[in-house]
Amino acid sequence: MASLKIEVRGLGYGVCGTEILNGVDARVPDGEITAVVGPSGAGKSTLLRAINRLIEPSSGEVYLEGVPTGSLDPLELRRRVGMVFQIPALFGTSVEEAVLYGARLSGGDADPGRLLEVVGLDPSLAGRDPQTLSVGQQQRVSIARALALEPEALLLDEPTSALDEAARRKIEELVRDLNDRLGLTMVFVSHDLSQVERVADRLVLLADGKSVGEWERGDFFSEAGERARRFIAGRL
Amino acid sequence: MEGLQTVGSALLTLGLVAVAVVLSLYERLDLEREIGVAVVRSFVQLAAIGYVINFIFGLENLGAVALLLGGMVLFAAWTSARRAGDVPRAFAVAAVAVGVAAVATLGLLLALRVVPATARYLIPLGGMVIGNSMNAASLTLTRIRDDLAEQRPKVEAALALGATSRQAVAPILRVSLQSALIPLIDATKTTGIIFLPGAMVGMIIAGADPLEAVRLQIVVLYMLLGSVSIAAILVGTLSYRSFFTPRHQLRKGVSG
Repeated sequence: MASLKIEVRGLGYGVCGTEILNGVDARVPDGEITAVVGPSGAGKSTLLRAINRLIEPSSGEVYLEGVPTGSLDPLELRRRVGMVFQIPALFGTSVEEAVLYGARLSGGDADPGRLLEVVGLDPSLAGRDPQTLSVGQQQRVSIARALALEPEALLLDEPTSALDEAARRKIEELVRDLNDRLGLTMVFVSHDLSQVERVADRLVLLADGKSVGEWERGDFFSEAGERARRFIAGRL
Repeated sequence: MEGLQTVGSALLTLGLVAVAVVLSLYERLDLEREIGVAVVRSFVQLAAIGYVINFIFGLENLGAVALLLGGMVLFAAWTSARRAGDVPRAFAVAAVAVGVAAVATLGLLLALRVVPATARYLIPLGGMVIGNSMNAASLTLTRIRDDLAEQRPKVEAALALGATSRQAVAPILRVSLQSALIPLIDATKTTGIIFLPGAMVGMIIAGADPLEAVRLQIVVLYMLLGSVSIAAILVGTLSYRSFFTPRHQLRKGVSG
């Protein structure tokens, strides 16, 4: 395994007395796509939000290249670890503005045309109102927006759940492509095992706020992973 | 002055309240109890404040005026905080906002000698400033709370891109300030055409020169615009922090 980009140790998080995460361990190797899989309510999205400190874990710690993220400036951390959500939530009246939103917050700049190309969109869309794009295109813009900050890692929270089958496949290809070309480390939340097989290098399985296990893709989708696959299939 | 010389003649207007009660019963609005409570409370509260003001006029003491206005600010903050329900620190935020709005606008009127420093001016003007600031505070607080819950994905997306709490909440803050200020701006625009403001109506009925009444009304309108703006902006800048942690995270209670 490559060196670890992100490591989660004993993570806990609760809301109003309900434990959503209860001792989660997970390892995200540098330059690989790690899928977080589990039934709904398992704590997948919560785990992602704890990694970039959108929420404050009540116990345990997340390490970014060995440094506890609790000791980092949260704004700096979020620029280093980008995030893409289920819903694109774009800002501004043009695609260009939407792409540059995060970069401009920190006084930086980026080339919107190049970023649109990277995510497979025509740079001529830069002047369009983002609301006139299809949801699949909007999701690509939100990926371009995250890339504009030149992150070291990208968290993707079920980025295809609002898309139809064709758009879903295209985003999957884009994710693989970004990983191949840029070597970008990614954490990909999904509840779809066939999608995980297409996209991820390895996977972390969560259930009821606890980590159940971690597998390399090959191991999980071979005979050895049969029991784990049946465990998930029964609960997804 | 003719008419309205006795409490009895004022009570005759209860006949008009009866119209509202009959309407409520007839249309099954289920508002009779509310109307009854409103009638009794307004009577008791107005009678009480009438005696209090009368008493304070007799004292000719500005300390007593300040004490009364301070009490009004606290009551306004309590009312506003109750309306805002689960907003953390709502009472403190509303008290500071309404208090500063009242002190700033009344202080300016006194400093510029627009009105004399007497109970006869300060109490009614203070009451108007505090009442309108209270409404602005309630509107701003509830709007920020509701919009934050509704637009949680947008706020999270902004935070995830390295936005500070202030940057992430900026569009919501803008809309909530607009919603608090627009009713008063519209009322100010149409005043004199669509409706005659209460203070002016009161003065004219009480026998004042209409031009004198207009002069005071203009002061009142501009004073209210100033105080409502101060209250709304203070509520906005003080309250949004309650919804975030110092590490630029939405608090758990802000549900989406």
